[in-house]
Amino acid sequence: MSGTATSPAQSVAFVRATPAQVLPPPASMVGVVGWMRQNLFSSPANTVLTLAMALLTLWVLPGFISFLITDAVWSGADREACIARNGVVPGACWAFVRDRLNFFIYGFYPIDQRWRVDLFFLLGAIGVAWMLWQKAPRRDIGFYYFVLVLPIVSFFLLSGSSILGLAPVDTARWGGLMVTLVVAGVGIVASLPLGILLALGRRSKLPVVKFFSVLFIEFVRGVPLITVLFMANTMLPLFLPDDITVDKLLRALVGIGLFASAYMAEVVRAGLQALPKGQYEGAMAMGLGYWQMMRLIILPQALKITIPNIVNTYIGLFKDTSLLLIVGIFDFLKAIETARVDPQWAAPTTSATGYAFAAIVYFIFCYGMAVYARSMERRLSVGDKR
Amino acid sequence: MAVQDASATRLADKPPKVAFWNDPVKRGYLFQAILFLVVAFLIYEAAANAIENMRKQNIASGFGFWNVTAGFDIGQRLIEYSNTSTYGRAFWVGLLNTLLVASIGIVLATFLGFVIGIARLSRNWLVQKIATVYVELIRNTPLLLQLLFWYNAVLKALPEVRNSAALPGGSFLNNRGLFMPDPTFGENFRFVVLAFVLGVIGCFIYGRWAKKRQDETGAQAHYLPVAIGLILLLPLLVYFLAGQPMTLTYPNLGRFNIQGGLQIFPEFVALVVGLVIYTAAFIAEVVRAGIQAVSRGQTEASYALGLKPGPTLDLVVIPQAMRVIIPPLTSQYLNLTKNSSLAVAIGYPDLVQVFTGTVLNQTGQAVEVIAITMLVYLTISLSTSLLMNWYNSRKALVER
Repeated sequence: MSGTATSPAQSVAFVRATPAQVLPPPASMVGVVGWMRQNLFSSPANTVLTLAMALLTLWVLPGFISFLITDAVWSGADREACIARNGVVPGACWAFVRDRLNFFIYGFYPIDQRWRVDLFFLLGAIGVAWMLWQKAPRRDIGFYYFVLVLPIVSFFLLSGSSILGLAPVDTARWGGLMVTLVVAGVGIVASLPLGILLALGRRSKLPVVKFFSVLFIEFVRGVPLITVLFMANTMLPLFLPDDITVDKLLRALVGIGLFASAYMAEVVRAGLQALPKGQYEGAMAMGLGYWQMMRLIILPQALKITIPNIVNTYIGLFKDTSLLLIVGIFDFLKAIETARVDPQWAAPTTSATGYAFAAIVYFIFCYGMAVYARSMERRLSVGDKR
Repeated sequence: MAVQDASATRLADKPPKVAFWNDPVKRGYLFQAILFLVVAFLIYEAAANAIENMRKQNIASGFGFWNVTAGFDIGQRLIEYSNTSTYGRAFWVGLLNTLLVASIGIVLATFLGFVIGIARLSRNWLVQKIATVYVELIRNTPLLLQLLFWYNAVLKALPEVRNSAALPGGSFLNNRGLFMPDPTFGENFRFVVLAFVLGVIGCFIYGRWAKKRQDETGAQAHYLPVAIGLILLLPLLVYFLAGQPMTLTYPNLGRFNIQGGLQIFPEFVALVVGLVIYTAAFIAEVVRAGIQAVSRGQTEASYALGLKPGPTLDLVVIPQAMRVIIPPLTSQYLNLTKNSSLAVAIGYPDLVQVFTGTVLNQTGQAVEVIAITMLVYLTISLSTSLLMNWYNSRKALVER
């Protein structure tokens, strides 16, 4: 090699001058077969695992599909449609859900007043869409609509007002999905500002403020929600003067709101801690006071990076509203519980159908929020990518 | 010059006079004083109202009810209890039932959660998808709904007593629970227990010795066979040497009920199954996040050193991932313990069901009963947090 000036290709006859044709990858490495070899059968252990999982899927999935869809009873007036025929138990009794759907949504709300609930759903949907859709016009107005206009309008719409000519409807008659959404909505709207205040209090330099904030947060986070609800239900009336009676639903709302705000405080605190110290120092160097600094510099950044965690807290809050049934509030799950033991629909699969329906409804709401949180996370990380 | 200097220092000594509402220090004191007064006033008002209201409603106060006969029965109990026992005794029964569910649930949920968490990162497409579906499905539906489903739709749908399903080993399964042979321990059983304790201690000592030897010479010890031998085989050997000091009482299937045997209540099973399946989904996410937090370079470096995938996971990835996993894992354990209070919805006699439910209804002493219940959960939560902070500070990465 060394010392020769001529290139190898010229001096040695058997070295080719042009690059060899690239051969296609072997058939077993591309397409469906290749994908399967890579992802399902890459090693003997993996093959065994795949086969075991495939068997499990084949064992579980057809049962699910036949129960929920193919063997299900879709229409009927009462239990006759869903009882066993010739010793064969049919699948899910969707006729039961169809029959009781209005009960699941409105509870005992007067039938001729249910348009008010529908309007509430519509207004709520507008608010949610306005807040979540990134390209919506005037999202600043949307924010005030969501946290101020919507709660007040909904309150008068649902409970009634003589000025607007709406008949009063006692909260004892509220029920079903409507109550679940009202409680979740109030929790969502109330817990964020309370949580921010508590988080700021916990990071405050004033010892008394810090002490009360830590005490409240650690106390609430250390006990189960159900004891907080029991406390709101049985102890709140004791703590208030004799002449003030608090509505049962309101008591539960106070309990859920306080509980959620303690968790929210920790989420917000994590966001505050994630900001570099320079942001605080920069704001102070600009001569901003504490509240100006928080409102203009710190909170916008801290809340932005915690949006995914805030939404996760909301998912937990939404699921936690189901605990209201234990303290006797007629929420969505309670409506299912009541309807499934109704003798008119007593059939072998009524309970399972009711729970399946409840699971689907809760899943749609919670999974929707989870997907939104994930998309936000992706959007937010775009700006930080280098 | 000198005069000027003196006046300058005097100026620096004396800050300009500002109104007290513009002085952040004084304003801070004022604000704190107001906050303190408001909170104190609220507490005072609440207490005064409570005393007044309780007097009007003739509710007794104080903890005198603790030694009063309870007069109700509790199905599942770990300690002696009958309807002539006191409320205080009922409290302990409930507390022990809560701790039983929590400890069994934590062990099983950890196991299931780690399996699913690792499955979510599997390179096997099918395994990964099944784990993902599991996690999404479970995490996005309420625990209470799942508990009601397990209890009302699955366990209550089991056959009635007379059609009990006979399981191998003399057990029966029906909608009143699982009936298993009840072991009675003889006099000599203490030797078996002693052998077990010695086995555990021996295992510990062997582990220390093996680690020391490996640090010094590099020779690896066969830890697992020794552990199995000491913890399982040794007590088993002693059991047979001591003349099998254990007799089983088999459940007897009658026409309407089952006599004898150890009954595992459906409420208990539903609660454990529900809590384990729910919490495992969250633990799986914690484990996944922890493993993903270990950078790829660590795995690649380990492969470059010639370690196989198994030891790489064992020796390189898991130890580093555990640092990230432990804090959120602890909060999942606490969540499981707190969530066990949902037992009240399916009638499992835990602390909340027995104490905040039945005892509160019978005595009407809401303030005392709820305060005690909250105190118990607070003690569990805060002591676990302290323990875990201590553990965490020991395990935390020591940086340069």
